[in-house]
Amino acid sequence: MSILQTESLTLSYGKKPVIQDLDLSIPKGEITVLIGSNGCGKSTLLRSMARLMAPETGAILLNGKNIAKRSTKEVAKELAILPQGPVAPEGLTVLQLVKQGRYPYQSWLKQWSAKDEEAVTRALKATNMLEFAERNVDSLSGGQRQRAWIAMTLAQGTETILLDEPTTYLDMTHQIEILDLLFELNSREKRTIVMVLHDLNLACRYAHHLVAIQNHSVAAQGCPEDIMNEKLVSDVFHMPCKIIEDPLFGTPMCIPYGKGRIAKNGLPTAQYA
Amino acid sequence: MNGVIQSSKMKIAMLALAVLLLAVCMALSVVFGYTNTSWKSAVAAFTDFNGSNQHLIIRNARLPRALIGAAVGISLALAGVLLQAVTRNPIASTDIFGLNAGAGFFIVMAVSFFHISSLQQFTWIAFLGAAVSALTVYILGSSGRGGLTPVKMTLAGAVIAAMFASLTQGMLVANQKALEEVLFWLAGSIQGRKLEFLYPVLPYLLIAWAGSMLMFRQLNTFLLGEDVARSLGQRTLLFKILAGLLIVLLAGGSVAVAGPISFIGIVVPHFARYLIGNDHRWVIPFSAIFGGILLIVADIGARYIVLPEEVPVGVMTALIGTPFFIHIARKGSFK
Repeated sequence: MSILQTESLTLSYGKKPVIQDLDLSIPKGEITVLIGSNGCGKSTLLRSMARLMAPETGAILLNGKNIAKRSTKEVAKELAILPQGPVAPEGLTVLQLVKQGRYPYQSWLKQWSAKDEEAVTRALKATNMLEFAERNVDSLSGGQRQRAWIAMTLAQGTETILLDEPTTYLDMTHQIEILDLLFELNSREKRTIVMVLHDLNLACRYAHHLVAIQNHSVAAQGCPEDIMNEKLVSDVFHMPCKIIEDPLFGTPMCIPYGKGRIAKNGLPTAQYA
Repeated sequence: MNGVIQSSKMKIAMLALAVLLLAVCMALSVVFGYTNTSWKSAVAAFTDFNGSNQHLIIRNARLPRALIGAAVGISLALAGVLLQAVTRNPIASTDIFGLNAGAGFFIVMAVSFFHISSLQQFTWIAFLGAAVSALTVYILGSSGRGGLTPVKMTLAGAVIAAMFASLTQGMLVANQKALEEVLFWLAGSIQGRKLEFLYPVLPYLLIAWAGSMLMFRQLNTFLLGEDVARSLGQRTLLFKILAGLLIVLLAGGSVAVAGPISFIGIVVPHFARYLIGNDHRWVIPFSAIFGGILLIVADIGARYIVLPEEVPVGVMTALIGTPFFIHIARKGSFK
């Protein structure tokens, strides 16, 4: 079943088309990962699905309804997006940031409620940020900071969460930590997660549904084990590689050919087959 | 958003104290000046008016000056708060972005070419000037690659401010008579302003003050960045238009009454944030009161710095504000 759909969607920057006539369905309750080379339009597609960018033509349907025709506050209760590299104002505490997640539930008449408070506490707990609640966001490490932002999107209480490159600029440990957190949110609370990732191996490990974007459209989509192969990587990334099975998870693992040093047990053909 | 003062109770107490300080400063502004007056005669001027020179000065010159000083100080500080939030730029203010210069130029043009002298017309012309500058800076700042960035917007503001200032000077050189009429006003001054100057502007200023206070939640959310704010369901375009209108009312109204006074709009919000943190629920009222205090203190200082002459208060705020501005520009905040 699909929760988010694009219908003959065309996106462009000025005259330059980025996505053309795309019909895409995001499965409900699963993790979908968008991959593709730099500038292929995967971030643009993600932004448009969160109404941060208006389609040239076509429509985005959230739970079957066109998001452009709905009140933006109502959409904000069903779908959240964490943009790439968000920056908190100087001196903002984690608690204050997470509280902002309740913005769509408030108005001049409806002030802070017990339900808001509960949602904030739950978001802080789910991201293990409770102990950092009073710390300034700008004093945290990269991984903690990203967790604080994810806590804010969780406080928004949406069924669907979109994330644009949530692991960029993080070291390996923190990348895994963030992806594990998202994986748990999905398996425990059945939230639909759509994200853009650059690391193909992590994408294959965490995605139920992988979408490869190329040439203004979708080159392939489906379960990573079914669609990941050497030809796809070569088509989408113009990179020769060898696909093996991840010895730990059994998911596809992509090893690029290249220059590099060949060790004793390496293959002489590794240097550009 | 933590500042030096953290608890809400302390903030309320501090705010009450600040209001009290503003009242004291206004009283000082009524009592002290070139013409010697005492507290007693200041009170008597209202309770037991006898038509003496002292009483006339207190009622017709000093009191209007104190009230106008407070109103203009509050407005300039609020305009600074809004502009810094909307542009997410710590060194934004209506003087740096050319709004004050634009309003000033339009008024000088109206005086020298169209011989406009009605206060009501002055007000609208000042609004128009501020709006034209704001739009020009916004369009210049957002054109080209990368959209609206703080650096581009600041550069555009500096260019527009310089352009309007030069045009104003050029026009005054060509028109000596207008020069005499507007020179002191142009330097930014609240001396010799009658309350009649304030009346046509006051309704707009009051609306803008109330509007600013009501916007605190939207301001806090917008500061997370436009994408995040939109993701949270904020109608950011509407927010920017509303905030822009408030800024134009505040800056244009201030300039119509007092001429372009600089540095209040940039320094005061930083000082308020340093004290009470980033939450606009507090930043707005604190900045408003501090703005009033700073302008009145500067105005009192302006009476004494080169006795027996007075310097325009705009010169005083520049003297006080420049070191702060350099500090803020270097550090990005007051700290």
